[in-house]
Amino acid sequence: MLAVLLLVLLGLNVCIGSVSVPFSDVLKNFAGQDIGETERNILMQIRLPRALAAAILGGALGLSGYLLQTFFHNPIAGPFVLGISSGAKLVVALVMVFFLGNSVRVSSAALILAAFVGAFLSMGFVLLMSRAVDKMSMLIVSGVMIGYIGSAVTDFVVTFAEDADIVNLHNWSKGSFSGISWENVYVMAVVVLAASVLVFFLAKPIGAFQMGEGYAKTMGVNVGRLKVELVLLSSILAACITAFAGPVSFVGIAVPHLVKQLFGTAKPIVMIPACFLGGGTFCLFCDLLARTIFAPTELSISTVTAVFGAPVVIVVLLRRKSGER
Amino acid sequence: MADYYFRVEGLAVGYQGKPVIKNISFGIEKGEILTLIGANGAGKSTILKSIAGQLAPVAGTAFLGQRELREIGQAELAKELAVVFTERLHTEMMSCEDVVATGRYPYTGKFGILSKEDEGAVAEAMALVQVEELKNRDFTKISDGQRQRVLLARAIAQQPKVLLLDEPTSYLDIKYKLEFLSTLQQMARRNHLSVIMSLHELDLAERISDKILCVGNHRVEKFGTPEEIFVPGYIGNLFHMTAGSFDENSGNSELEPPEGEPEVFVIAGGGSGKAVYRRLQRAGVAFAAGILFENDVDYPVAKALAAAVIAEEPFEKISENRVKEAKKQINKCRNVICCRENFGVWDRENELLLEYAKENGKTVQTPSEYFFERRK
Repeated sequence: MLAVLLLVLLGLNVCIGSVSVPFSDVLKNFAGQDIGETERNILMQIRLPRALAAAILGGALGLSGYLLQTFFHNPIAGPFVLGISSGAKLVVALVMVFFLGNSVRVSSAALILAAFVGAFLSMGFVLLMSRAVDKMSMLIVSGVMIGYIGSAVTDFVVTFAEDADIVNLHNWSKGSFSGISWENVYVMAVVVLAASVLVFFLAKPIGAFQMGEGYAKTMGVNVGRLKVELVLLSSILAACITAFAGPVSFVGIAVPHLVKQLFGTAKPIVMIPACFLGGGTFCLFCDLLARTIFAPTELSISTVTAVFGAPVVIVVLLRRKSGER
Repeated sequence: MADYYFRVEGLAVGYQGKPVIKNISFGIEKGEILTLIGANGAGKSTILKSIAGQLAPVAGTAFLGQRELREIGQAELAKELAVVFTERLHTEMMSCEDVVATGRYPYTGKFGILSKEDEGAVAEAMALVQVEELKNRDFTKISDGQRQRVLLARAIAQQPKVLLLDEPTSYLDIKYKLEFLSTLQQMARRNHLSVIMSLHELDLAERISDKILCVGNHRVEKFGTPEEIFVPGYIGNLFHMTAGSFDENSGNSELEPPEGEPEVFVIAGGGSGKAVYRRLQRAGVAFAAGILFENDVDYPVAKALAAAVIAEEPFEKISENRVKEAKKQINKCRNVICCRENFGVWDRENELLLEYAKENGKTVQTPSEYFFERRK
C-alpha cells in the first residue's frame, strides 16, 4: 500500500510544476516517443532525478530515524534533533567551500564521505553525552545544542564564502532537493539501498534489542556488535541525506511513528521496509508542496516537513505524558 | 561439587573489574531450586547477572554439565539458560503472545519467523503459566503481576535447562506468589529444570528451595539446605536487623517490642495471645507473658514482643519455679489480661495465677475490657 502511494507521488512529482507535463507524456517519453525538447529536459534532467532523490533520501531519513530511536530507546530521536545532520552539514560545507574556493568540482562520493565524517563526529558527541546524562529529554537537548553549534559554524563559513558559491550553499544548507544530478542519484541509490538492505538483515536482533539490552544478551544477541552496526548504519544514512539535500528536519522522528500507527505494529521486520517507503512518500509529498505552494518561489524542504512532522512529535510526547507506559 | 549439573567455582562478581563478592561456589542438580537470600544491595542481582552473562565475571568459572559457560557461544547459551529479571522489558504495540514468542529467539531463523514448532512452544508455555487469556492484550496494559507471569512464560518458551529469576515474586499478590512458585516447582520437578532465583520472602524461600545461598558482608556467608540455613539467630545476623526480629523456627517476623518494665501481665496460650501481644505492641505497652509452653503458637510472638516470657519446656508439667517467676512479674504489674476462657488439665497453674492476681488487688480483665478502658 505504501509502495503504491510512493509510486503515485513519484508520478505527481514528475508531472506537476511550473511547466506541467501530462502523465501520458511521461509514459510516452519512457516508451521512446518524442515529447518535445523542453519537456524532455525538464522531465529527465530536473524532475525525475529530484523526485527519485526525494524518495531515496526520504527513505534513508525514515530508516535512520528508526535506527536512532531504537539505539537510544528514545521515541523522539532522529538525525536532525540529535545534531547529526548539522554535524554532517558543517563538514560538508567546509569541504565544499574549500574545494569550490580552489575551483575543484566535488564528487558525490567525496560529499558523502565528508558528511559521514561530520555525522560520525556529532554522533560521537551525542554518545558521550548519552553516557553522561541518563534522561532522554536531556539527550535531546544536548543534541539540539550540538545542532545549533553546527549550524552556527556553517552559517559563519557560508557567510564568508566566495560570492558565487553562496547561493548554492545557502540553499543547500537550509535543506532542499533541488539541483540533484543523475550522478548524485546513482551514488545515493547505491549507498542508501546497500545500507537499507543491511539494516533489514538486522531486523531480528533489533527486535530483541528494543526490549532491553539485558534481555537481548540473554537471547543470544551480541549487543556490543549490534550497537556498533546501528551507529554506523544510521550515520551513513543520515550522512547521505545531508550530503545531497542538506539537513531535513522531522522526517526522521515523525515517519517511524506514523508508520507504526499505520501498521499497528512495531516489529522491525515490518518497520524497516515500511519506514523506508514511508519516509520516501513523506518527502515526495513535502517536496511537492515545497515546489508548488508558492511557485515559482521554492520553500526549503525543512519548512514543509516541520509543518507536518512537528505535530507528530508533539502528539508522541503528549501520549507519553498521559502515561501510556 | 564436580558432578553437579550446574555449578559455579570461585566466581567473583562486580563492576568494572572490581569484585563486590568473591569466592562464590555452589552447585545444583537438574530439577533443583536454589534461592539467593540476603539484604538489599548485598549483591544477589549482581551474582545472577554475572551468571546470565549480562555482566562479565571478574574471576572464576561456571559450568553447565561438563562445559564451561563461557565456552558455549552466546547464541547456543540462550537455548540453555533463560532469565526473568527486574529490568523492565520495553515493548511497543506488542501483545503478550508476542512477548512470549520472543523467547523463541534462539530457535528462529535469520528473520525471526516463527515455525509451527515455535508456535506450539509459545502456546504450551502460556498454558503452563495460565496466561492464555492475556494472549492478545497489550503487554504495557496489564498489571505488574500479570506481566511477571507473562515473562515467566517467555522464559519457559525459551526451553532452557537453567532458569534465572531475580526477585520474581516482588510484584505479585499472595495468590499469584504461590501460583508462580508452584509453577516453578512443577517445571523443576517435571521438566528437570534447574532454577536459580533471588527471593525476599524468607518464608517462601524456606519452603520452595532445595538449596539456599546466603549473600551478606560482601561474601557468600552460607550455602546449604533450608534446615541448615534457618538456624536460630542466623537471619537477623545476615540481614543486620536492628529493629524487630525474625524467628527461624516459626518463620515469624515481629516488630520492635515496647520498651520499659512490664505494666501488664498477659495470661494466654493455645493461640489466644498472639493478637493481644501485637495489639499491646502497637499501643506501646510493655508486658510480660506467661505461662506458656515453648511449643505453643503464642510462644514465638511472646518471645519477640514481651519484656519477659515465662515458659515451660514442651510436654512437661509446669514447675513450681515457673509459677514463682510468674507471680513475681504479676506483682510488678498493675493489670492482668486473661485471654483464656477456660483452662486445661495441664495448665491449672494459669488458673491459679489468675486467682493470685485477683487476691492481690490487680485489675484483672479480658482483652476487650482492657482495650476498651484504655481508649477512654
